[in-house]
Amino acid sequence: MDLIFTLTVAVFFTVGFYLMLSRHNIRILIGIAIFGNAVNLTIFTAGRITRLAPPIIPIDADALAAGTANPLPQALILTAIVISFSFFAFLLVLAFRTYQELGTDDTDDMRVAEPKNEGLPPLGY
Amino acid sequence: MQTLIFRTAAPYISSLMVLFSIFVTLRGHNEPGGGFIGGLIAASAAAVYGIAYGVPAVRKALYFHPMAIAGSGLMLSALSGVFSIFHGVPLMTGVWGSFGFLGATVDIATVVTFDLGVYLVVLGSFTSIALALEEREDG
Amino acid sequence: MAIEHSSVDLSDAMILEPTALADWIITAPVIIPLIAGALLLMIRHETRFHAGIAIGALLLALLGHIGLLARVLETGPLTMTMGRWLPPFGISFTADVLGASMGLAATLSALVCALYSLTDIGARGRRYGFYGFLMLMMAGVNGAFITGDIFNLYVWFEVFLISSFGLLVLGSERRQLDGATKYAILNLLGTTLFLTATALLYGALGTLNMADIARVMPEVQDSIPAGTLATLFFFAFAMKAAAFPVNFWLPASYHTPRIAAAALFGGVLTKIGVYALLRTFGMLMPDQLTLLSTLIAWVAAATMIIGVMGALAQTDLRRILGFVVISGVGTMMAGLALGSVEGFSGAIFYAFHSILVMTALYLLAGVMNGLAGTYSLRTLSGLYTSHPLVAAFAFLLFLAVSGLPPASGLWPKVMLIRASIDGGAPWLAFAILLSSLLTMLALGRVFLLAVWRPAVEPSTAMVVSPGIGYAALLVLAVPIVWMGVYPEPFANVATKAAAGLTDTSAYIRSVFPEVVQ
Repeated sequence: MDLIFTLTVAVFFTVGFYLMLSRHNIRILIGIAIFGNAVNLTIFTAGRITRLAPPIIPIDADALAAGTANPLPQALILTAIVISFSFFAFLLVLAFRTYQELGTDDTDDMRVAEPKNEGLPPLGY
Repeated sequence: MQTLIFRTAAPYISSLMVLFSIFVTLRGHNEPGGGFIGGLIAASAAAVYGIAYGVPAVRKALYFHPMAIAGSGLMLSALSGVFSIFHGVPLMTGVWGSFGFLGATVDIATVVTFDLGVYLVVLGSFTSIALALEEREDG
Repeated sequence: MAIEHSSVDLSDAMILEPTALADWIITAPVIIPLIAGALLLMIRHETRFHAGIAIGALLLALLGHIGLLARVLETGPLTMTMGRWLPPFGISFTADVLGASMGLAATLSALVCALYSLTDIGARGRRYGFYGFLMLMMAGVNGAFITGDIFNLYVWFEVFLISSFGLLVLGSERRQLDGATKYAILNLLGTTLFLTATALLYGALGTLNMADIARVMPEVQDSIPAGTLATLFFFAFAMKAAAFPVNFWLPASYHTPRIAAAALFGGVLTKIGVYALLRTFGMLMPDQLTLLSTLIAWVAAATMIIGVMGALAQTDLRRILGFVVISGVGTMMAGLALGSVEGFSGAIFYAFHSILVMTALYLLAGVMNGLAGTYSLRTLSGLYTSHPLVAAFAFLLFLAVSGLPPASGLWPKVMLIRASIDGGAPWLAFAILLSSLLTMLALGRVFLLAVWRPAVEPSTAMVVSPGIGYAALLVLAVPIVWMGVYPEPFANVATKAAAGLTDTSAYIRSVFPEVVQ
């Protein structure tokens, strides 16, 4: 089981990084979304994959029975999903606005903030 | 997407989604569910309504600006976290209280108000993002 | 409370002693800006109250930081664990001298930026939520300085990051959208790498509490891939701190927002990356720091020199400052690379100096733009004859950032150079001196062209009255001169902060009082 998850994580990271190497914003964004999921799976795998009872206290007990799964990785993943989802939504709006304003999603053409051939600053007066 | 069928169905779908979002939020106190997923369902309701009737209708239906909703939710959550200062326990400790209401005892906890705050934060912020995207599509 | 009736021994899981009211001071720097930010979002249309609420809240947070630092200096690190759960299960806030002092400097810089924004941010910017985002960003920044849990550190990183996106695109100009896209994507990549490293660390150690990590790391580091983890953390934080060769997002974006936001970014945000490096390597993984020290030293030297060479090639005043920020990050990383208390304390002192001076420099650029209507060195000129006060502030700040007396840059650089020579890395000392020289050249040229040169255009139309700008610069000039003339107290605080990193016993005892060391 660990091996399958490890390979899945590897594939996710590969695909994510490959897409992020693209020049086009939209591919970079998809790459980031896949990268985020790769990290979530990493947390899941790092938290040990075991066949145990879910960590829920029964209604008539005060404490967890022995041998339940570790709930912390899932709490971490939940937090990470929330954050990466919010960022992805924000980035989507940002990339869309940028595309509308600049008319391109090619990062090589996005030279408004750093214009090409600006020349040297004055060397004397 | 302004077909007759969708426009007729959208108010019912949206109101059902809002109802379901409140149910999920309150259920989250002891069982799977909670403020985040509830808020997402409510934000989706706003998005569905917006697709059918346009963004101005959603803004009118929400009455408050989405960011103001998110702000009030953040305020509610923050105050719920700080409330434990009066009980000599650290930040974010759940504090319970109960009051009688129509002959029944209602337990209320800062945990619930915190979750409601999360609900409002998620509803407000994701509605504002969804509306920003929908607005661009129209214009 | 329902759980009190249970048959389980709660002292195994929960803190049962009541929390003293005085301990709540640790939450003040986070909670006050958070509540103020929420309030500002709620009343976003009542723009006339915004600035007052923001400045008041930052003043309160500053007072909270002063109280916290005084307490931490007197009695050692202070811990509060959320929700009464015993650490390492509950998330701890642990303030030590390092976190409290850097938070104090950052909050002071934010306060000055809020003051300056009175002239910079109009009603439209306020309605858009400038002050709300500012408050939420400071809550995130202070949370990052104070938290004692590495996953929680990641969460605070994201909190200030998403608020900084809001500040960056304020106004939605084309160049802002361009800069913000690069800033957002690369910073999100950096923090996600940080999360990856944290996930693997959790898999290896089974804990996320920093005190717990510091406790178990020496025992288990030979059986886990600690070097790999350290490299991942280094890469992620170096990206956040804008170290060469992953620094190019900074000069692409930091000159695009409003100057009040740029000042805060340039002053504070990269220093959180440096803080995180100091925290993870100084405290959690000292042996891995030794392993990577040569790499870090080369990165530091390259960041210093290449950063400032970028500054030499620029025409826009704000872009020059962006490169100077990068060069300063290199100087702090040199202190980290040395791995000694002396190196750390030099880096921490330099961080105090850099937070205040970089904020002041951006604000100075804003004042100059307000007077002359341009940031370009081609036309910015004649300020000495028209506004001698600007010339005086510019002279002081340029001395400070070049490391010349009587301003603040001198002593941290002296400490760092002495530490590098003592630590057997004289070439690093040479790199620091060379970068100081080049910084002096870059900013000397700014002074020559913008201040000294006679006005190239006959009448420079004054766009914005500089009164509030002068006030903001004066507030920052006081500690800058103080650090240069009487550096003892600052150097002492920095040395204590560094000692708290290398000797973790007090930090661990504050989180786990039952541990006897």
